[in-house]
Amino acid sequence: MPTIIRGAVIQFPGSNCDTDCQAALASFPEIEAEIVWHKETSLEGYDLIVLPGGFSYGDYLRCGSIARFSPIMGAVRHAASTGGLVLGLCNGFQILCEAGLLPGTLMRNRGLLFRCEHQHLRVENNQTPFTSNLALGSVVNFPIAHGEGSYFADPKTLAELNANNQIILRYADAAGTVSDSVNPNGSLENIAGICSHGRNVFGLMPHPERACDALLGGTDGRAIFQSVIDTFSEGKRA
Amino acid sequence: MKAVVTVMPKPAILDPAGVATGLAMEHLGLKGVRSVRIGKSIEIEVDGADEKQLNEIAHDLLSNPVVEDYKLTILP
Repeated sequence: MPTIIRGAVIQFPGSNCDTDCQAALASFPEIEAEIVWHKETSLEGYDLIVLPGGFSYGDYLRCGSIARFSPIMGAVRHAASTGGLVLGLCNGFQILCEAGLLPGTLMRNRGLLFRCEHQHLRVENNQTPFTSNLALGSVVNFPIAHGEGSYFADPKTLAELNANNQIILRYADAAGTVSDSVNPNGSLENIAGICSHGRNVFGLMPHPERACDALLGGTDGRAIFQSVIDTFSEGKRA
Repeated sequence: MKAVVTVMPKPAILDPAGVATGLAMEHLGLKGVRSVRIGKSIEIEVDGADEKQLNEIAHDLLSNPVVEDYKLTILP
């Protein structure tokens, strides 16, 4: 029997990628995935916590600003601070930034367009529990779907992210060239995804869970979840 | 107690919605538009709160200090 990894997908009012995430996780025989309502207060026994995409609380005030105070966030914060794996996708990334679990913030897209398309991304760091299955410098193709995905951080924070290798994915072209012309939203330095200093919290605007089935146009996203499986099966985590 | 919290993007932050609105003003014939910046005004009526609590709420919930400044005004 393979190692069974227990995944929790947090459902906030307004989440809309929760069942997609659950289906993507459950497509791996090594993962069991459950939806956990945001009013729960414990995440004991889960190995992977996913904050899914959507429009939590209608994006009122700012994206993620109200979800950040949901009862479950105490347990998410506890998991993050004790080395648990936390993955924030799209709105989940916005929530992690609002909660201070990842630095910086996501602002309105440059040009104001809601960008909904397939997007190439270059892998900038594969020494993380979420990207170990990917080659450094390789290119993956994930869908993006957001209106507020322009990553911003002050110059000091940005320098620290670069120095600590916390930038995991950048918007690129199919050949892996990072340039402003392929930046869909005006993110600083084409940043699409970052991780915490401890590597255990990962947030990204693209949707790997929507790239887990060939019927949906691509399977590049499977590498993210396979990396998590490898992390556990190689005994790097209990 | 009544209070108003005004939240604005920090001066150094690009406000694409403000830029787009400024362009619309020019299309309507307004000349010399130098800057348009869009923020929020939040009116609060609350019993038994003090200014310190409202400042905490404005800082932690109503604004994002990474990119926004807020101003709390207690109304008479």
